[in-house]
Amino acid sequence: MSALLSLSGVTAYYGAIQALRGVDLVVNEGEIVTLIGANGAGKSTLMMTVCGNPRARDGRIVYGGQDITDLPTHAIMRRRIAQAPEGRRIFGRMTVYENLLMGAEVSGQTDVPALLEQVFALFPRLKERLTQRGGTLSGGEQQMLAIGRALMSRPRLLLLDEPSLGLAPLVVKLIFGAIRELNRTSGLTVLLVEQNAYQALRLAHRGYVLVNGAITMAGSGAELLARPEIRAAYLEGSSHSA
Amino acid sequence: MAYALQQLINGLTLGMIYGLIAVGYTMVYGIIGMINFAHGDIFMIGAFLSLIALLGLSALGISSVPLALALTLIFAAGIAAIYGWSVERIAYRPLRGSFRLAPLISAIGMSITLQNFAQVSQGARVKPMEPLISGGLLLTEGDGFAVQLSWMQIAIVVTTLIVLAIFTWLVTKTPLGRSMRACEQDLKMAGLLGIDTDKTISLTFVIGAALAAVAGLMFLLYYGVIDFYIGFIAGVKAFTAAVLGGIGSLPGAVLGGLLIGLIEVFWSAYFSVEYKDVAAFSILIVALIFMPTGLLGRTEVEKV
Repeated sequence: MSALLSLSGVTAYYGAIQALRGVDLVVNEGEIVTLIGANGAGKSTLMMTVCGNPRARDGRIVYGGQDITDLPTHAIMRRRIAQAPEGRRIFGRMTVYENLLMGAEVSGQTDVPALLEQVFALFPRLKERLTQRGGTLSGGEQQMLAIGRALMSRPRLLLLDEPSLGLAPLVVKLIFGAIRELNRTSGLTVLLVEQNAYQALRLAHRGYVLVNGAITMAGSGAELLARPEIRAAYLEGSSHSA
Repeated sequence: MAYALQQLINGLTLGMIYGLIAVGYTMVYGIIGMINFAHGDIFMIGAFLSLIALLGLSALGISSVPLALALTLIFAAGIAAIYGWSVERIAYRPLRGSFRLAPLISAIGMSITLQNFAQVSQGARVKPMEPLISGGLLLTEGDGFAVQLSWMQIAIVVTTLIVLAIFTWLVTKTPLGRSMRACEQDLKMAGLLGIDTDKTISLTFVIGAALAAVAGLMFLLYYGVIDFYIGFIAGVKAFTAAVLGGIGSLPGAVLGGLLIGLIEVFWSAYFSVEYKDVAAFSILIVALIFMPTGLLGRTEVEKV
Protein backbone atom coordinates (compact mmCIF):
# COMPACT_ATOMS: atom_id res chain seq x y z
CA MET A 1 0.00 0.00 0.00
CA SER A 2 1.23 3.44 -0.87
CA ALA A 3 0.48 6.59 1.07
CA LEU A 4 -2.06 8.83 -0.64
CA LEU A 5 -1.97 11.49 2.04
CA SER A 6 0.68 12.04 4.65
CA LEU A 7 1.07 14.73 7.24
CA SER A 8 4.33 15.22 9.09
CA GLY A 9 4.79 17.57 12.00
CA VAL A 10 1.79 19.71 10.98
CA THR A 11 0.86 22.62 13.23
CA ALA A 12 -2.00 25.05 12.72
CA TYR A 13 -3.26 28.12 14.52
CA TYR A 14 -6.47 30.09 14.80
CA GLY A 15 -5.09 33.52 15.56
CA ALA A 16 -2.88 33.01 18.59
CA ILE A 17 -4.48 29.70 19.58
CA GLN A 18 -2.61 26.59 18.55
CA ALA A 19 -5.09 24.02 17.25
CA LEU A 20 -2.72 21.33 15.93
CA ARG A 21 0.57 20.37 17.64
CA GLY A 22 2.84 18.48 15.29
CA VAL A 23 0.44 15.96 13.77
CA ASP A 24 1.84 12.93 11.92
CA LEU A 25 -0.76 10.96 10.02
CA VAL A 26 -0.84 8.68 6.98
CA VAL A 27 -3.78 7.63 4.83
CA ASN A 28 -2.94 4.85 2.40
CA GLU A 29 -4.54 4.35 -1.01
CA GLY A 30 -7.85 2.47 -0.65
CA GLU A 31 -8.07 2.79 3.13
CA ILE A 32 -10.74 4.12 5.43
CA VAL A 33 -8.97 5.96 8.22
CA THR A 34 -10.86 7.51 11.10
CA LEU A 35 -9.89 10.27 13.44
CA ILE A 36 -11.62 10.23 16.79
CA GLY A 37 -11.45 12.65 19.66
CA ALA A 38 -13.48 14.85 21.95
CA ASN A 39 -15.09 18.15 21.05
CA GLY A 40 -12.45 20.78 20.35
CA ALA A 41 -9.62 18.27 20.00
CA GLY A 42 -8.82 19.64 16.54
CA LYS A 43 -10.40 16.99 14.30
CA SER A 44 -12.16 19.44 11.99
CA THR A 45 -9.16 21.75 12.02
CA LEU A 46 -6.97 18.90 10.85
CA MET A 47 -9.34 18.22 7.98
CA MET A 48 -9.52 21.88 7.02
CA THR A 49 -5.73 22.21 7.24
CA VAL A 50 -5.39 19.45 4.64
CA CYS A 51 -7.53 21.72 2.45
CA GLY A 52 -5.33 24.75 3.14
CA ASN A 53 -7.77 26.73 5.30
CA PRO A 54 -6.22 27.43 7.82
CA ARG A 55 -2.79 26.86 6.34
CA ALA A 56 -0.30 24.63 8.14
CA ARG A 57 2.29 26.81 9.86
CA ASP A 58 4.94 24.12 10.22
CA GLY A 59 5.29 20.64 8.81
CA ARG A 60 4.48 19.19 5.39
CA ILE A 61 1.35 17.80 3.78
CA VAL A 62 2.01 15.47 0.87
CA TYR A 63 -0.79 14.19 -1.33
CA GLY A 64 -0.31 11.78 -4.24
CA GLY A 65 3.46 12.31 -4.06
CA GLN A 66 3.20 16.09 -4.29
CA ASP A 67 3.71 18.68 -1.60
CA ILE A 68 0.42 20.59 -1.27
CA THR A 69 1.25 22.46 1.95
CA ASP A 70 1.43 25.90 0.37
CA LEU A 71 -1.19 25.58 -2.37
CA PRO A 72 -4.35 27.73 -2.20
CA THR A 73 -7.53 25.90 -1.22
CA HIS A 74 -9.08 25.80 -4.68
CA ALA A 75 -5.90 24.35 -6.18
CA ILE A 76 -5.82 21.60 -3.54
CA MET A 77 -9.48 20.71 -4.09
CA ARG A 78 -8.98 20.47 -7.85
CA ARG A 79 -6.55 17.58 -7.27
CA ARG A 80 -9.49 15.29 -6.64
CA ILE A 81 -9.78 15.80 -2.91
CA ALA A 82 -13.36 16.37 -1.80
CA GLN A 83 -14.75 17.28 1.58
CA ALA A 84 -18.19 16.90 3.08
CA PRO A 85 -17.54 19.39 5.86
CA GLU A 86 -18.76 19.91 9.39
CA GLY A 87 -22.30 21.30 9.38
CA ARG A 88 -22.80 20.00 5.80
CA ARG A 89 -22.69 23.49 4.31
CA ILE A 90 -25.35 22.88 1.70
CA PHE A 91 -26.14 25.82 -0.56
CA GLY A 92 -29.59 26.50 0.88
CA ARG A 93 -30.85 28.72 -1.91
CA MET A 94 -29.79 26.39 -4.69
CA THR A 95 -31.70 23.33 -5.81
CA VAL A 96 -30.44 19.85 -5.00
CA TYR A 97 -29.49 19.49 -8.67
CA GLU A 98 -27.48 22.73 -8.62
CA ASN A 99 -25.75 21.67 -5.41
CA LEU A 100 -24.69 18.42 -7.05
CA LEU A 101 -23.62 20.26 -10.18
CA MET A 102 -21.36 22.52 -8.10
CA GLY A 103 -19.41 19.42 -7.10
CA ALA A 104 -18.82 18.33 -10.69
CA GLU A 105 -18.47 21.60 -12.49
CA VAL A 106 -15.47 23.23 -10.91
CA SER A 107 -13.41 20.07 -10.86
CA GLY A 108 -13.97 19.79 -14.61
CA GLN A 109 -16.10 16.63 -14.64
CA THR A 110 -17.99 16.47 -17.89
CA ASP A 111 -19.89 13.21 -17.54
CA VAL A 112 -22.51 14.68 -15.21
CA PRO A 113 -25.34 12.20 -16.01
CA ALA A 114 -23.18 9.17 -15.12
CA LEU A 115 -21.98 10.79 -11.90
CA LEU A 116 -25.55 11.68 -10.97
CA GLU A 117 -26.62 8.06 -11.51
CA GLN A 118 -23.84 6.91 -9.22
CA VAL A 119 -24.99 9.30 -6.48
CA PHE A 120 -28.65 8.30 -6.93
CA ALA A 121 -27.71 4.64 -6.64
CA LEU A 122 -26.29 5.38 -3.18
CA PHE A 123 -28.96 7.86 -2.10
CA PRO A 124 -32.21 7.35 -4.06
CA ARG A 125 -33.86 9.98 -1.87
CA LEU A 126 -31.86 12.73 -3.59
CA LYS A 127 -33.41 11.85 -6.93
CA GLU A 128 -36.88 12.54 -5.55
CA ARG A 129 -35.72 15.88 -4.16
CA LEU A 130 -33.82 17.04 -7.24
CA THR A 131 -35.70 20.29 -7.87
CA GLN A 132 -36.15 21.17 -4.20
CA ARG A 133 -34.06 23.86 -2.55
CA GLY A 134 -31.18 22.61 -0.42
CA GLY A 135 -32.40 24.58 2.61
CA THR A 136 -35.70 22.73 2.71
CA LEU A 137 -34.19 19.25 3.08
CA SER A 138 -34.16 17.33 6.35
CA GLY A 139 -30.88 16.88 8.22
CA GLY A 140 -30.33 13.38 6.89
CA GLU A 141 -31.08 14.41 3.34
CA GLN A 142 -28.69 17.34 3.65
CA GLN A 143 -25.95 14.96 4.79
CA MET A 144 -26.65 12.71 1.80
CA LEU A 145 -26.46 15.77 -0.42
CA ALA A 146 -23.19 16.89 1.15
CA ILE A 147 -21.64 13.49 0.48
CA GLY A 148 -23.22 13.29 -2.97
CA ARG A 149 -21.86 16.72 -3.86
CA ALA A 150 -18.40 15.64 -2.76
CA LEU A 151 -18.66 12.46 -4.86
CA MET A 152 -19.61 14.45 -7.96
CA SER A 153 -16.00 15.57 -8.29
CA ARG A 154 -14.94 11.89 -8.65
CA PRO A 155 -12.52 12.18 -5.72
CA ARG A 156 -9.52 10.01 -4.96
CA LEU A 157 -9.65 11.12 -1.35
CA LEU A 158 -12.90 11.85 0.47
CA LEU A 159 -12.80 13.82 3.70
CA LEU A 160 -15.91 13.28 5.82
CA ASP A 161 -16.48 15.44 8.87
CA GLU A 162 -18.99 14.03 11.38
CA PRO A 163 -21.45 12.59 8.86
CA SER A 164 -23.52 11.05 11.68
CA LEU A 165 -23.98 14.24 13.71
CA GLY A 166 -27.60 14.85 14.69
CA LEU A 167 -29.00 12.06 12.54
CA ALA A 168 -31.38 9.24 13.41
CA PRO A 169 -29.67 5.83 13.90
CA LEU A 170 -31.31 4.43 10.77
CA VAL A 171 -29.96 7.28 8.63
CA VAL A 172 -26.51 6.89 10.20
CA LYS A 173 -26.57 3.24 9.25
CA LEU A 174 -27.50 4.13 5.68
CA ILE A 175 -24.70 6.67 5.39
CA PHE A 176 -22.03 4.44 6.94
CA GLY A 177 -23.21 1.64 4.65
CA ALA A 178 -22.75 3.95 1.67
CA ILE A 179 -19.20 4.82 2.76
CA ARG A 180 -18.30 1.14 3.11
CA GLU A 181 -19.85 0.41 -0.27
CA LEU A 182 -17.88 3.18 -1.99
CA ASN A 183 -14.65 1.98 -0.46
CA ARG A 184 -15.25 -1.64 -1.42
CA THR A 185 -16.48 -1.21 -4.96
CA SER A 186 -14.43 1.71 -6.22
CA GLY A 187 -11.51 1.71 -3.80
CA LEU A 188 -12.28 5.22 -2.62
CA THR A 189 -9.89 6.41 0.09
CA VAL A 190 -11.70 7.98 3.03
CA LEU A 191 -10.58 10.06 6.00
CA LEU A 192 -13.45 10.09 8.46
CA VAL A 193 -13.80 12.35 11.48
CA GLU A 194 -16.30 11.04 14.02
CA GLN A 195 -17.53 11.51 17.56
CA ASN A 196 -19.44 8.28 17.20
CA ALA A 197 -16.23 6.36 17.92
CA TYR A 198 -17.73 2.89 18.08
CA GLN A 199 -19.30 3.04 14.63
CA ALA A 200 -16.31 4.78 13.12
CA LEU A 201 -13.75 2.30 14.45
CA ARG A 202 -15.85 -0.64 13.27
CA LEU A 203 -16.00 0.86 9.78
CA ALA A 204 -12.38 1.99 9.47
CA HIS A 205 -9.27 -0.01 8.68
CA ARG A 206 -7.19 2.18 10.92
CA GLY A 207 -7.77 4.95 13.40
CA TYR A 208 -6.02 7.82 15.14
CA VAL A 209 -6.95 9.42 18.45
CA LEU A 210 -6.55 13.17 18.67
CA VAL A 211 -6.28 14.88 22.07
CA ASN A 212 -5.66 18.62 22.38
CA GLY A 213 -4.32 18.89 18.85
CA ALA A 214 -1.88 15.99 19.09
CA ILE A 215 -2.11 12.34 18.06
CA THR A 216 -1.95 10.18 21.18
CA MET A 217 -2.77 6.75 19.80
CA ALA A 218 -2.91 4.95 16.49
CA GLY A 219 -3.78 1.46 15.39
CA SER A 220 -6.21 -0.71 13.48
CA GLY A 221 -9.89 -0.18 14.14
CA ALA A 222 -10.19 -3.46 16.07
CA GLU A 223 -7.08 -2.73 18.15
CA LEU A 224 -8.32 0.67 19.21
CA LEU A 225 -11.76 -0.70 20.00
CA ALA A 226 -10.18 -3.21 22.36
CA ARG A 227 -8.12 -0.65 24.29
CA PRO A 228 -9.51 0.01 27.76
CA GLU A 229 -8.58 3.72 27.74
CA ILE A 230 -10.49 4.20 24.47
CA ARG A 231 -13.47 2.40 25.89
CA ALA A 232 -13.37 4.61 28.95
CA ALA A 233 -12.89 7.91 27.12
CA TYR A 234 -14.93 7.56 23.95
CA LEU A 235 -17.19 4.54 24.10
CA GLU A 236 -18.88 4.75 27.49
CA GLY A 237 -22.58 4.84 26.92
CA SER A 238 -22.32 4.98 23.16
CA SER A 239 -21.82 1.32 22.25
CA HIS A 240 -25.54 0.68 22.51
CA SER A 241 -26.12 3.00 19.60
CA ALA A 242 -24.81 0.33 17.22
CA MET B 1 -54.48 61.93 -15.34
CA ALA B 2 -52.31 62.70 -18.34
CA TYR B 3 -49.85 64.50 -16.11
CA ALA B 4 -49.61 61.51 -13.80
CA LEU B 5 -49.07 59.15 -16.74
CA GLN B 6 -46.20 61.32 -17.90
CA GLN B 7 -44.66 61.14 -14.43
CA LEU B 8 -45.04 57.38 -14.45
CA ILE B 9 -43.07 57.15 -17.69
CA ASN B 10 -40.37 59.50 -16.40
CA GLY B 11 -40.16 57.70 -13.08
CA LEU B 12 -39.75 54.28 -14.64
CA THR B 13 -36.98 55.56 -16.89
CA LEU B 14 -35.08 57.08 -13.99
CA GLY B 15 -35.76 53.98 -11.90
CA MET B 16 -34.08 51.79 -14.52
CA ILE B 17 -30.89 53.80 -14.10
CA TYR B 18 -30.99 53.47 -10.30
CA GLY B 19 -31.75 49.78 -10.62
CA LEU B 20 -28.65 49.19 -12.76
CA ILE B 21 -26.45 50.83 -10.13
CA ALA B 22 -28.24 49.11 -7.25
CA VAL B 23 -27.44 45.68 -8.72
CA GLY B 24 -23.74 46.42 -8.20
CA TYR B 25 -24.25 47.32 -4.53
CA THR B 26 -26.35 44.28 -3.83
CA MET B 27 -24.00 41.84 -5.62
CA VAL B 28 -20.94 42.98 -3.71
CA TYR B 29 -22.87 42.98 -0.43
CA GLY B 30 -24.12 39.47 -1.15
CA ILE B 31 -20.69 38.04 -1.80
CA ILE B 32 -18.42 39.75 0.75
CA GLY B 33 -20.91 41.48 3.05
CA MET B 34 -19.60 45.00 2.58
CA ILE B 35 -21.06 48.17 1.10
CA ASN B 36 -18.84 49.31 -1.74
CA PHE B 37 -19.14 53.07 -1.30
CA ALA B 38 -16.92 53.64 -4.32
CA HIS B 39 -19.59 52.09 -6.56
CA GLY B 40 -21.40 55.39 -7.15
CA ASP B 41 -18.13 56.88 -8.30
CA ILE B 42 -17.56 54.04 -10.74
CA PHE B 43 -20.95 55.06 -12.18
CA MET B 44 -19.65 58.64 -12.46
CA ILE B 45 -16.46 57.42 -14.17
CA GLY B 46 -18.69 55.44 -16.55
CA ALA B 47 -20.61 58.61 -17.41
CA PHE B 48 -17.35 60.47 -18.16
CA LEU B 49 -16.04 57.57 -20.24
CA SER B 50 -19.30 57.64 -22.20
CA LEU B 51 -18.99 61.37 -22.82
CA ILE B 52 -15.39 60.98 -23.99
CA ALA B 53 -16.36 58.11 -26.28
CA LEU B 54 -19.35 59.94 -27.78
CA LEU B 55 -17.30 63.08 -28.44
CA GLY B 56 -14.48 60.99 -29.87
CA LEU B 57 -16.82 59.07 -32.16
CA SER B 58 -18.48 62.21 -33.45
CA ALA B 59 -15.02 63.71 -34.09
CA LEU B 60 -14.25 60.60 -36.12
CA GLY B 61 -17.37 61.29 -38.14
CA ILE B 62 -19.47 58.34 -37.03
CA SER B 63 -22.98 59.71 -37.40
CA SER B 64 -25.09 56.57 -36.97
CA VAL B 65 -26.64 56.93 -33.52
CA PRO B 66 -27.20 53.21 -32.77
CA LEU B 67 -23.62 52.40 -33.80
CA ALA B 68 -22.19 55.24 -31.72
CA LEU B 69 -24.25 54.15 -28.71
CA ALA B 70 -23.23 50.52 -29.03
CA LEU B 71 -19.53 51.40 -29.32
CA THR B 72 -19.78 53.83 -26.41
CA LEU B 73 -21.50 51.23 -24.27
CA ILE B 74 -18.80 48.65 -24.93
CA PHE B 75 -16.01 51.16 -24.37
CA ALA B 76 -17.43 52.60 -21.14
CA ALA B 77 -18.39 49.22 -19.68
CA GLY B 78 -15.00 47.75 -20.58
CA ILE B 79 -12.89 50.53 -19.06
CA ALA B 80 -15.15 50.87 -16.01
CA ALA B 81 -14.78 47.12 -15.46
CA ILE B 82 -11.01 47.65 -15.22
CA TYR B 83 -11.66 50.38 -12.65
CA GLY B 84 -13.91 48.04 -10.67
CA TRP B 85 -11.30 45.28 -10.74
CA SER B 86 -8.56 47.69 -9.61
CA VAL B 87 -10.64 49.10 -6.76
CA GLU B 88 -11.20 45.61 -5.36
CA ARG B 89 -7.56 44.61 -5.86
CA ILE B 90 -6.09 47.76 -4.31
CA ALA B 91 -8.56 48.75 -1.61
CA TYR B 92 -10.46 45.65 -0.49
CA ARG B 93 -8.55 42.42 -1.08
CA PRO B 94 -5.59 43.33 1.15
CA LEU B 95 -8.10 43.93 3.95
CA ARG B 96 -9.97 40.64 3.62
CA GLY B 97 -10.07 38.94 6.99
CA SER B 98 -9.46 42.25 8.73
CA PHE B 99 -12.03 43.79 11.06
CA ARG B 100 -15.36 44.64 9.44
CA LEU B 101 -14.95 48.39 9.48
CA ALA B 102 -11.62 48.36 7.62
CA PRO B 103 -12.92 47.77 4.07
CA LEU B 104 -15.74 50.26 4.72
CA ILE B 105 -13.23 52.98 5.56
CA SER B 106 -11.09 52.15 2.56
CA ALA B 107 -14.25 52.21 0.39
CA ILE B 108 -14.93 55.78 1.46
CA GLY B 109 -11.30 56.62 0.74
CA MET B 110 -11.61 55.04 -2.70
CA SER B 111 -14.76 57.06 -3.37
CA ILE B 112 -12.99 60.33 -2.53
CA THR B 113 -9.99 59.30 -4.62
CA LEU B 114 -12.11 58.61 -7.70
CA GLN B 115 -14.04 61.86 -7.28
CA ASN B 116 -10.87 63.91 -6.99
CA PHE B 117 -9.33 62.06 -9.89
CA ALA B 118 -12.29 63.00 -12.11
CA GLN B 119 -12.23 66.56 -10.83
CA VAL B 120 -8.52 66.99 -11.54
CA SER B 121 -8.44 65.19 -14.87
CA GLN B 122 -11.76 66.41 -16.30
CA GLY B 123 -12.17 69.75 -14.56
CA ALA B 124 -14.68 70.76 -11.94
CA ARG B 125 -17.16 72.39 -14.31
CA VAL B 126 -20.43 70.78 -15.37
CA LYS B 127 -20.07 69.03 -18.74
CA PRO B 128 -23.03 69.45 -21.07
CA MET B 129 -23.80 67.33 -24.12
CA GLU B 130 -26.06 67.90 -27.12
CA PRO B 131 -29.08 65.58 -27.01
CA LEU B 132 -28.22 62.58 -29.13
CA ILE B 133 -31.77 61.51 -29.82
CA SER B 134 -34.68 63.93 -29.99
CA GLY B 135 -38.40 63.66 -30.60
CA GLY B 136 -40.72 60.97 -29.45
CA LEU B 137 -44.17 59.46 -29.53
CA LEU B 138 -47.19 61.52 -28.60
CA LEU B 139 -49.27 59.09 -26.58
CA THR B 140 -52.38 61.02 -25.56
CA GLU B 141 -53.47 64.54 -24.92
CA GLY B 142 -55.72 65.51 -22.06
CA ASP B 143 -56.35 68.38 -19.68
CA GLY B 144 -54.25 70.51 -22.01
CA PHE B 145 -51.24 68.27 -21.34
CA ALA B 146 -49.46 66.13 -23.94
CA VAL B 147 -48.09 62.81 -22.73
CA GLN B 148 -44.89 62.09 -24.51
CA LEU B 149 -42.71 59.01 -24.64
CA SER B 150 -39.40 60.22 -26.01
CA TRP B 151 -37.16 58.07 -28.19
CA MET B 152 -34.50 58.66 -25.58
CA GLN B 153 -36.65 57.09 -22.88
CA ILE B 154 -37.41 54.14 -25.12
CA ALA B 155 -33.68 53.73 -25.84
CA ILE B 156 -32.86 53.83 -22.11
CA VAL B 157 -35.54 51.35 -21.11
CA VAL B 158 -34.81 48.92 -23.95
CA THR B 159 -31.05 49.00 -23.39
CA THR B 160 -31.48 48.49 -19.65
CA LEU B 161 -33.85 45.58 -20.16
CA ILE B 162 -31.45 43.91 -22.60
CA VAL B 163 -28.50 44.38 -20.25
CA LEU B 164 -30.51 43.05 -17.29
CA ALA B 165 -31.71 40.06 -19.32
CA ILE B 166 -28.13 39.12 -20.24
CA PHE B 167 -27.08 39.62 -16.64
CA THR B 168 -29.93 37.45 -15.29
CA TRP B 169 -29.05 34.70 -17.73
CA LEU B 170 -25.41 34.92 -16.65
CA VAL B 171 -26.23 34.57 -12.96
CA THR B 172 -28.90 31.88 -13.16
CA LYS B 173 -27.79 29.66 -16.03
CA THR B 174 -24.03 29.71 -16.48
CA PRO B 175 -21.25 28.00 -14.49
CA LEU B 176 -19.82 31.44 -13.68
CA GLY B 177 -23.16 32.53 -12.24
CA ARG B 178 -23.43 29.35 -10.18
CA SER B 179 -19.93 29.97 -8.81
CA MET B 180 -20.94 33.50 -7.91
CA ARG B 181 -24.07 32.30 -6.13
CA ALA B 182 -22.06 29.61 -4.33
CA CYS B 183 -19.59 32.24 -3.08
CA GLU B 184 -22.48 34.46 -2.07
CA GLN B 185 -24.09 31.71 0.01
CA ASP B 186 -20.99 30.16 1.57
CA LEU B 187 -17.56 31.45 0.66
CA LYS B 188 -15.72 28.78 2.63
CA MET B 189 -17.63 25.90 1.06
CA ALA B 190 -17.18 27.41 -2.40
CA GLY B 191 -13.43 27.23 -1.81
CA LEU B 192 -13.74 23.60 -0.69
CA LEU B 193 -15.41 22.77 -4.01
CA GLY B 194 -12.42 24.15 -5.90
CA ILE B 195 -13.85 27.54 -6.75
CA ASP B 196 -11.18 30.25 -6.91
CA THR B 197 -13.02 32.59 -4.54
CA ASP B 198 -10.70 35.58 -5.04
CA LYS B 199 -11.23 35.39 -8.80
CA THR B 200 -15.00 35.12 -8.38
CA ILE B 201 -15.05 38.17 -6.10
CA SER B 202 -13.00 40.10 -8.67
CA LEU B 203 -15.46 39.13 -11.39
CA THR B 204 -18.34 40.35 -9.25
CA PHE B 205 -16.72 43.77 -9.06
CA VAL B 206 -16.01 43.71 -12.79
CA ILE B 207 -19.63 42.91 -13.67
CA GLY B 208 -21.03 45.42 -11.16
CA ALA B 209 -18.77 48.16 -12.54
CA ALA B 210 -19.78 47.38 -16.14
CA LEU B 211 -23.47 47.68 -15.19
CA ALA B 212 -22.77 50.97 -13.40
CA ALA B 213 -21.05 52.27 -16.53
CA VAL B 214 -24.13 51.40 -18.58
CA ALA B 215 -26.14 53.40 -16.03
CA GLY B 216 -23.62 56.24 -16.43
CA LEU B 217 -24.21 56.31 -20.18
CA MET B 218 -27.99 56.32 -19.63
CA PHE B 219 -27.68 59.14 -17.11
CA LEU B 220 -25.61 61.19 -19.55
CA LEU B 221 -28.15 60.65 -22.33
CA TYR B 222 -31.11 61.43 -20.09
CA TYR B 223 -29.90 64.56 -18.33
CA GLY B 224 -27.34 65.78 -20.85
CA VAL B 225 -25.07 67.15 -18.10
CA ILE B 226 -22.60 65.43 -15.80
CA ASP B 227 -19.98 66.47 -13.29
CA PHE B 228 -17.56 64.75 -10.96
CA TYR B 229 -20.08 64.81 -8.10
CA ILE B 230 -23.00 62.88 -9.67
CA GLY B 231 -21.70 59.60 -8.29
CA PHE B 232 -22.41 60.54 -4.70
CA ILE B 233 -26.12 61.39 -4.96
CA ALA B 234 -26.94 58.72 -7.51
CA GLY B 235 -24.87 56.25 -5.49
CA VAL B 236 -26.72 56.90 -2.25
CA LYS B 237 -30.07 56.65 -4.07
CA ALA B 238 -29.10 53.37 -5.67
CA PHE B 239 -27.93 52.14 -2.28
CA THR B 240 -31.35 53.13 -0.91
CA ALA B 241 -32.91 51.15 -3.75
CA ALA B 242 -30.82 48.12 -2.87
CA VAL B 243 -31.84 48.34 0.81
CA LEU B 244 -35.49 48.92 -0.04
CA GLY B 245 -35.52 45.92 -2.39
CA GLY B 246 -33.70 43.77 0.16
CA ILE B 247 -29.92 43.94 0.14
CA GLY B 248 -28.43 40.83 -1.44
CA SER B 249 -31.44 40.25 -3.69
CA LEU B 250 -30.89 40.95 -7.39
CA PRO B 251 -34.56 41.28 -8.44
CA GLY B 252 -34.99 43.37 -5.28
CA ALA B 253 -32.34 45.82 -6.48
CA VAL B 254 -34.17 46.41 -9.76
CA LEU B 255 -37.54 46.68 -8.03
CA GLY B 256 -36.11 49.06 -5.43
CA GLY B 257 -34.56 51.15 -8.21
CA LEU B 258 -37.89 51.47 -10.00
CA LEU B 259 -39.64 52.47 -6.78
CA ILE B 260 -37.04 55.09 -5.88
CA GLY B 261 -37.25 56.50 -9.41
CA LEU B 262 -41.05 56.70 -9.20
CA ILE B 263 -41.01 58.24 -5.72
CA GLU B 264 -38.49 60.86 -6.74
CA VAL B 265 -40.34 61.84 -9.92
CA PHE B 266 -43.81 61.94 -8.34
CA TRP B 267 -42.51 63.89 -5.38
CA SER B 268 -40.91 66.44 -7.70
CA ALA B 269 -44.08 66.70 -9.77
CA TYR B 270 -46.58 67.13 -6.98
CA PHE B 271 -44.66 68.52 -4.02
CA SER B 272 -41.32 70.14 -4.41
CA VAL B 273 -38.35 69.59 -6.70
CA GLU B 274 -35.97 71.05 -4.14
CA TYR B 275 -36.76 68.32 -1.65
CA LYS B 276 -36.71 65.34 -4.02
CA ASP B 277 -33.51 63.95 -2.48
CA VAL B 278 -35.04 64.26 0.98
CA ALA B 279 -37.93 62.08 -0.21
CA ALA B 280 -35.58 59.36 -1.43
CA PHE B 281 -33.49 59.37 1.72
CA SER B 282 -36.51 59.37 4.01
CA ILE B 283 -37.42 56.11 2.32
CA LEU B 284 -34.01 54.74 3.30
CA ILE B 285 -34.60 55.65 6.94
CA VAL B 286 -38.13 54.23 6.97
CA ALA B 287 -36.97 51.03 5.26
CA LEU B 288 -34.08 50.58 7.70
CA ILE B 289 -36.33 51.08 10.73
CA PHE B 290 -39.45 49.16 9.75
CA MET B 291 -38.29 46.76 7.07
CA PRO B 292 -34.56 46.07 7.41
CA THR B 293 -34.76 42.98 5.20
CA GLY B 294 -36.42 44.97 2.40
CA LEU B 295 -39.21 43.99 0.04
CA LEU B 296 -37.60 40.86 -1.41
CA GLY B 297 -35.12 40.20 1.38
CA ARG B 298 -34.69 36.75 2.77
CA THR B 299 -37.14 35.55 5.32
CA GLU B 300 -36.92 31.86 4.50
CA VAL B 301 -35.88 29.71 7.41
CA GLU B 302 -33.15 27.25 6.64
CA LYS B 303 -32.99 23.95 8.47
CA VAL B 304 -29.77 22.92 10.11
